Amino acid sequence: MSPKNNDPDLFRVLVYDLSARRGDIVLVPGRGRYIGGSGLAALLFEKYGLPTAAPFDPGQPLIFAIGPATGYFPLMSKTVCGFKSPYNGNYAESHAGGRSALALRFAGFDALVVTGKAARLSTLVVGSRRIELLDVHYLRGADVFTTGKLLRKIAAGASGHRSIMRIGPAGENGSAYACINVDTYRHFGRLGAGAVMGAKNCKALVVMGDGDLALPEDKAYPKLFKDIHDKVTASGMMEKYHNLGTPANVLPLNALKSLPWRNLAATTDPEADKISGEAFAEKLLMHNAACAGCPVGCIHVGMVREMFSASHRFAIHQVAYDHEPNFAAGPMLGVTDPSEVLAINDVADRQGLDIISAGVALAWAVEATQKGLVSEKETEVKLAFGDAAAFKRAMWLLGHKVNDFYAALGQGALVAARQYGGEDFACVLGQEMAGYATGETYFASQTVSFRHSHLDTGAYSYDQKHKEKDVDAVVKFLVDDERERVLLTCLVACLFAREVYKPEVVAAALSCLGHGELAAGIDAAAENARRARWRLKLATGYDPLATRIPKRFAEIETWKGPVDAAYMEALRAGYAAAVLSLGAPLPSA
Amino acid sequence: MKVHRAVRMERCIGCHSCSLACARLVYKNFSWNTAGIRIRSTGGVSSGFQAVLCLACDPAPCAAACPTGAMSPRKSGGGVLLKKSLCVQCGKCAAACPVEAINLDAAGNPSVCIHCGQCIPFCPHDCLELVEAAAPAAPCLESCNVAEK
Repeated sequence: MSPKNNDPDLFRVLVYDLSARRGDIVLVPGRGRYIGGSGLAALLFEKYGLPTAAPFDPGQPLIFAIGPATGYFPLMSKTVCGFKSPYNGNYAESHAGGRSALALRFAGFDALVVTGKAARLSTLVVGSRRIELLDVHYLRGADVFTTGKLLRKIAAGASGHRSIMRIGPAGENGSAYACINVDTYRHFGRLGAGAVMGAKNCKALVVMGDGDLALPEDKAYPKLFKDIHDKVTASGMMEKYHNLGTPANVLPLNALKSLPWRNLAATTDPEADKISGEAFAEKLLMHNAACAGCPVGCIHVGMVREMFSASHRFAIHQVAYDHEPNFAAGPMLGVTDPSEVLAINDVADRQGLDIISAGVALAWAVEATQKGLVSEKETEVKLAFGDAAAFKRAMWLLGHKVNDFYAALGQGALVAARQYGGEDFACVLGQEMAGYATGETYFASQTVSFRHSHLDTGAYSYDQKHKEKDVDAVVKFLVDDERERVLLTCLVACLFAREVYKPEVVAAALSCLGHGELAAGIDAAAENARRARWRLKLATGYDPLATRIPKRFAEIETWKGPVDAAYMEALRAGYAAAVLSLGAPLPSA
Repeated sequence: MKVHRAVRMERCIGCHSCSLACARLVYKNFSWNTAGIRIRSTGGVSSGFQAVLCLACDPAPCAAACPTGAMSPRKSGGGVLLKKSLCVQCGKCAAACPVEAINLDAAGNPSVCIHCGQCIPFCPHDCLELVEAAAPAAPCLESCNVAEK
């Protein structure tokens, strides 16, 4: 239950208008139907969003929402960002952890909605007893890490209990896949939330979790907390996330011919062992870190030791890694030195670029170079697979939008391909592909799904277990699996916790928190939230039937054999039809 | 008598499970502030984490500064007992603490580690430990001992 609010159906929301330099605290009913997180972000976009206006219209809201269980239980540690995406023009979500979720919780808000546009580059500081807009015009152009370091002084206070969400040059320059960096190692990565923030002249949001809340009255709460804590820390259930982390996927994916290499020219390569999760852990892993409220600690931080002078002078860079960034800066670009993979990631991170999109877009640019569609006249640096130095330079050029080519590439690989040619080999599935070339199910899923994310459904896992071709069964799996995930992203649980937060555990947790009625109707509420998201995506222009999968995806081979283009198209069309039905307008609308 | 020490903070991942546990189990609160142990980064998360907690001073300057006896020295081992009913929210205890281990909430109520150890099982990396007060350990925040052969 929210502070200063005894009605469990009410969300306590801070709506801050950057143009007017003032905030309103609004109590919004709807917990019973929208839960929080994904559902709350959709509810708030319904209330404050402008479905037909441009993503950069100052009136568009940038929404950060947490859920009813945030902070109260382990791994309830993520925040949902809702916005109209400059990448595709649709209502979109991006998720991140760090300290963002607990900071919002202890600042006393279920959501923060930022509207308007600041007159000068600004930082909004929000705490339980503080709402303030600071002029930070002097930070224009500053990279993400410099911004974080300076803001720790500029917006001092609540050390350790403060979340600093900021953008880099890419966000200021309107790249359609500019991210919002959260507390150095986490990101609202995909679909361009960072550019929306940039368009608002908002360099950063500092949320201070400096308030105290009442403990849930239910006597069962401490025991339920301990049971869940013991489960996630003692049983080995989370082993894969805190041991090697998600890069543990590399060798199995490579063995299954499911790892994208060199702009998806191949799906397996004998060099995979050089960039395996094991290789990163043995050579570069420095330490782990955690999102606040999560004892798993899945964040893996690697060390790049850069010798900048022949007389053995070194600079150290600490770079968080995961399978997706490693894929995008590694095999997709033909880079197999793990230290260089992290170094490319580091440069992309400093620009405030989503590394998945940036890496995949550059992979397209390499192939476009090979095919003579672009040259150094456009790229400024000669791009070739495996040339890490060139990619580091290109990441900076991309973030700084130095010419028309990088301006186009910063809007997406397909945008550049439409201009320069090469649409067939732009590895774009709704947005630049994630690191799973598992087959037809995954390609159809990412193309059609709500966030165009590998996390929308378990399609990549389905591909690895099913060889049979059954369109109806796959579509049913995608539709059912999405709903289960939406329930978790309404709470807001980390999706890594999906094995822990089974329906009965969710019901017990919500009941404990005074949301007994919500617990009883949780399935209907999750379904309502899921459909609300789809309605918004369709209302903002999404036509799932018009999606297409580029030719490159039909040219590859997985463990199942050559991709079956007709089957893949049937899956895409089948899932698209299901989505149209999920997003159908309400009868009363 | 035991004393709570954060002995292996180099392992800390910044999950705040300890603070949340102390707030939940000792201070009956939902908070990462109103707790006897709080985690800070030492200059951004890339620079590591620091536990802010009572070092069990003996004599305890916070108890000496307290005008009502709400903070009183434990019988042995250093550190203090906190009697909330006697506290007048003057904040003298927090000001007297050399390591900022006493938190004051918005109403001025102090929270301080009472060396009970209830937070310890919630640390996933074994950073925290209760040690015998009779053989007082130096307040090292990172493991500095070499294992005996």
